[in-house]
Amino acid sequence: MTLKPAVETVQDHALPQVQTPRNPGMPLDLDWVAGATANTSAIERRAATLPGRRSIKKEFQAAWLLKAITLIDLTTLSGDDTPARVRRLCAKARQPVRAEILKALGMGPVTTGAVCVYHDMVETAVDALKGSDIPVAAVSTGFPAGLSPLHLRIAEIEEGVKAGASEIDIVISRRHVLTGNWQALYDEMQAFRQACGQAHVKAILATGELGTLRNVARASLVCMMAGADFIKTSTGKESVNATLPVSLTMIRAIRAYHAVTGHRVGYKPAGGISKAKDALLYLALLRDELGRRWVQPDLFRFGASSLLGDIERQLEHHVTGAYSAAYRHPMG
Amino acid sequence: MQVSEIFESLDYGPAPESRAGAEAWISGHGGRFGHFINGAFTAHARGFDSRNPATGERLARLSVADRKTVDAAVAAAANAQPAWAGLSGHQRARYLYAIARLIQKHSRLFAVLESLDNGKPIRESRDIDIPLVQRHFYYHAGMAQIGETEMAGRAPVGVCGQIIPWNFPLLMLAWKIAPAIAMGNTVVLKPAEYTSLTALRFAEICTEAGLPPGVVNIVTGDGATGELIVRHPDIDKVAFTGSTQVGRAIRQATAGSGKSLTLELGGKSPYIVFEDADIDSAIEGLVDAIWFNQGQVCCAGSRLLVQEGIADMFHARLRRRMDGLRIGDPLDKCIDVGAVVDPVQLETITRMVDSCDAGEVYHADTPRPEGCFYPPTLITGLSTAHPLMQEEIFGPVLVSTTFRTPEEAVALANNTRYGLAATVWSENINLALDIAPRLAAGVVWVNATNLFDAAAEFGGVRESGFGREGGWGGLEAYTKPRADTGKRPALVPIPPVEAPENPQIDGLDRTAKMYIGGRQARPDGAYSRAVWSRSGGLLGHAGIGNRKDIRNAVEAAQAARAWSRSSGHLRAQILYYIAENLSARRAEFAGRIADLTGTGKARAGREVDLSVSRLFTAAAWADKYDGRAAGVPLRGLALALREAVGVIGIFGPDEAPLLGMVSAIAPAIAMGNRVVYVPSEPYPLAATDFYQVLDTSDVPGGVVNIVTGAHDELAPVLAQHLDVDAVWSFSGADLSREIEHGAAGNLKRSWVNYGHARDWTGDTDMRAFLEQATEIKSVWVPYGA
Repeated sequence: MTLKPAVETVQDHALPQVQTPRNPGMPLDLDWVAGATANTSAIERRAATLPGRRSIKKEFQAAWLLKAITLIDLTTLSGDDTPARVRRLCAKARQPVRAEILKALGMGPVTTGAVCVYHDMVETAVDALKGSDIPVAAVSTGFPAGLSPLHLRIAEIEEGVKAGASEIDIVISRRHVLTGNWQALYDEMQAFRQACGQAHVKAILATGELGTLRNVARASLVCMMAGADFIKTSTGKESVNATLPVSLTMIRAIRAYHAVTGHRVGYKPAGGISKAKDALLYLALLRDELGRRWVQPDLFRFGASSLLGDIERQLEHHVTGAYSAAYRHPMG
Repeated sequence: MQVSEIFESLDYGPAPESRAGAEAWISGHGGRFGHFINGAFTAHARGFDSRNPATGERLARLSVADRKTVDAAVAAAANAQPAWAGLSGHQRARYLYAIARLIQKHSRLFAVLESLDNGKPIRESRDIDIPLVQRHFYYHAGMAQIGETEMAGRAPVGVCGQIIPWNFPLLMLAWKIAPAIAMGNTVVLKPAEYTSLTALRFAEICTEAGLPPGVVNIVTGDGATGELIVRHPDIDKVAFTGSTQVGRAIRQATAGSGKSLTLELGGKSPYIVFEDADIDSAIEGLVDAIWFNQGQVCCAGSRLLVQEGIADMFHARLRRRMDGLRIGDPLDKCIDVGAVVDPVQLETITRMVDSCDAGEVYHADTPRPEGCFYPPTLITGLSTAHPLMQEEIFGPVLVSTTFRTPEEAVALANNTRYGLAATVWSENINLALDIAPRLAAGVVWVNATNLFDAAAEFGGVRESGFGREGGWGGLEAYTKPRADTGKRPALVPIPPVEAPENPQIDGLDRTAKMYIGGRQARPDGAYSRAVWSRSGGLLGHAGIGNRKDIRNAVEAAQAARAWSRSSGHLRAQILYYIAENLSARRAEFAGRIADLTGTGKARAGREVDLSVSRLFTAAAWADKYDGRAAGVPLRGLALALREAVGVIGIFGPDEAPLLGMVSAIAPAIAMGNRVVYVPSEPYPLAATDFYQVLDTSDVPGGVVNIVTGAHDELAPVLAQHLDVDAVWSFSGADLSREIEHGAAGNLKRSWVNYGHARDWTGDTDMRAFLEQATEIKSVWVPYGA
């Protein structure tokens, strides 16, 4: 297959965490897509045995959990979001862990990876995060179903970027996957990427609605070929969100894409990850399957709203030796 | 390390499982153990060390059982056996259930003890070994419960001597003890000398479960202790898991003794990856195949066969995966590969790999601690002739070669003396299910590897041994037909009829030939002997077969392998046709039997009638001796397929020259075997007449081959023949020792009469023959959309 060279501009590195060249995409390779496999039972076995194979304890656990915090897209995607609610979330993103806990751990300040909101809250969030280097991510393109007219979905992206979002989480048209219309998926994804301009684009596959892991693998490849910076599991609104088997499938697709093109694409599991223990599993999976390089905010994010609270409790437990309570940690 | 440093490095840290409970248990015994005999521990004596391979430290002092000790253990088992077998199935089930529950309650202690003693990662002992142990006792509690009705025709074998290896100490104990005691046997078990601790803790569980004294006896020691068990005259059955070399010695040692024997031995199991496989999953599968338990697994997928077009890519990705494996402290919960069981084993692995003068050796690029550890290793580019492609390394070393077509994959996979397990990776169900039955292996995993369950039979073919463990098939090893519980009458030798002083020679000369590959053949040696009737008439001449006739017959039988793949329906049709043609010549055969044996015409006629009936029975079974789908806890199928054993050599009985032959041959070929039949020595002509029936009944050439001759001369040739898969003897001469000793060569199955007669007319149940004529192959097919 022919590959475009990675054309980079200075602006491509606009995000503070970004250290790797953006994925420029490549021509749609239908042979590769058709040949993609995902053996469900084998993938499930690997996922099921992972918790038994990797255990992270004591100061290692504390360090990994702090790392997990820096990888969170702290998210609110509710119909009742208001400016005050979003400002509170942004304040939490700036200081996700109580200062004395960080001090006890010998750590400097940390922030979450980003704040993720609906379009109408972008300006509020950008304002609230001014001076913090924390990017604002906007869900877009008729999130979560993605069934509004294409030109409106593209316009929504442009509005989001204009409002100051530096990351755009788009939703793909599931029907293109379910009908095997890979060209349509590719074209759509390319259009979204183009509309994002310098903003990074995360492609939400809505894996809970794709039917099979093989579809997940194929959709992952097509979105990466069309230039997605990240591939993301779910909107958080499907009945099944991020799972380890889905994550393994997508991570393997990312690895295959990197092996062929040399480009690193990021991964974002979203929805249903609410426990510190689960976060550690995802990081171990990522580290083992893709390598440590991927365990950084420019290549990995958790889409989560309640995960942070559990991590805070675990960190305080590590510091004090006593199990913690939720009310001891400031609300986001 | 500081949190801030780990935050940057994202290193894994130590995650040790506590060993306090295990240490407390050992020190509670003063660090010294005796044997568990008749429900109590003996005093510690004649000690040897049990060591932790990861550190070299001594864990405990164990005792070596000498002759007196083994005698005491066998006597305890023998005393306990009648009462134990006399319990109701439900009563035995309650004990097995209690054992399962108790192991579950102490599961972490067992897991830690196992990892300390054996060196396997705690992840494996905790998540695989011990849960499977529990499952095995639960499953067999159920077998005890329903055995009374479902196994009504079967009786326990008696006292079982069981010798188990060090790679899965408690799991192999469970595989041996659970089915044995469920079926009413009692046992004397010897754990491996490297790894006896969990067996000793298990002995306590037996006491806690209230198991009657003597039902389970555990003696520790080395190979000499094992030999005392194997040779003990009061042991009725020997079950061994371990090396092929020791298995062969046990086969020789027990030859002719009448002890029942099952062997689960070594392997060099193929792991076949087709180009359409889920490559990442196939690579992950290899982690579970050859880097599970440091590769010290008899069924480890140790021989990678990968389709040529994807081989380089596959090997590159595999090496990368290997680099991610973590080697170290077996009690660390974040470790993939633990310690090799003993420095001796490490030395063997090191020597074998270091001697590799070909191909490319790749050791995983991952930190290796000092001590008894060996890195995951891949050797590519070896030819099939290379010793490392053929010999079991029993370490974390994978060898690899390539194939071009499915046909070649099967040929390469089967190009081995072993036949324990095989793995096939393909997303194409047509391809995978076509390949699976053609692999010479007792277990085949499709798109998975090293799956085990109490409900699915496990065991080998070829030099990987015989007998099955688990499932219904596993109970065959621990029971015998109830009909066999009384002693069969001793064989009365029937000498050939001597040449009369005044021979009556009338009619045209008839010389019976050999029947090989569907053609009549003169004996290679060109010697014949006259066969006389009781009344002094010359009945004809029978060729005196020699080793070359046997060679030719086996070659013809091997060439007829298409028979094994033919449908049961087709085989039934041919068996019915044989019956039809035999029936048409009833008078002729009855006359022949009467002339040969001197029996009355009416009785001889009845023998022909019974033979016709037996052919019908075999034809009936040809498409009804079904396999099944085992109830394993997995989304998928675990199929127990009944496969033909292959080429069976049979020495025919004298008591019923026609019926005996038909009774043995018919079930054998009904199940798809090919046969080399050596007819009754005094009465060979009933068999040689029979080839005319075969000739006219559409039996493909080579399916049945008949070689007349002296049994004592031909028995060692057939028994030692490396391309024969089983030998049965109903011979009037007691060939049992000779055959079982010779069978050790390629560990072929043997079924011999130990000098006892069989009731050919009365015993109409064909199951014993069908069981001997087949081997269960477990094919695992996990699935998921």
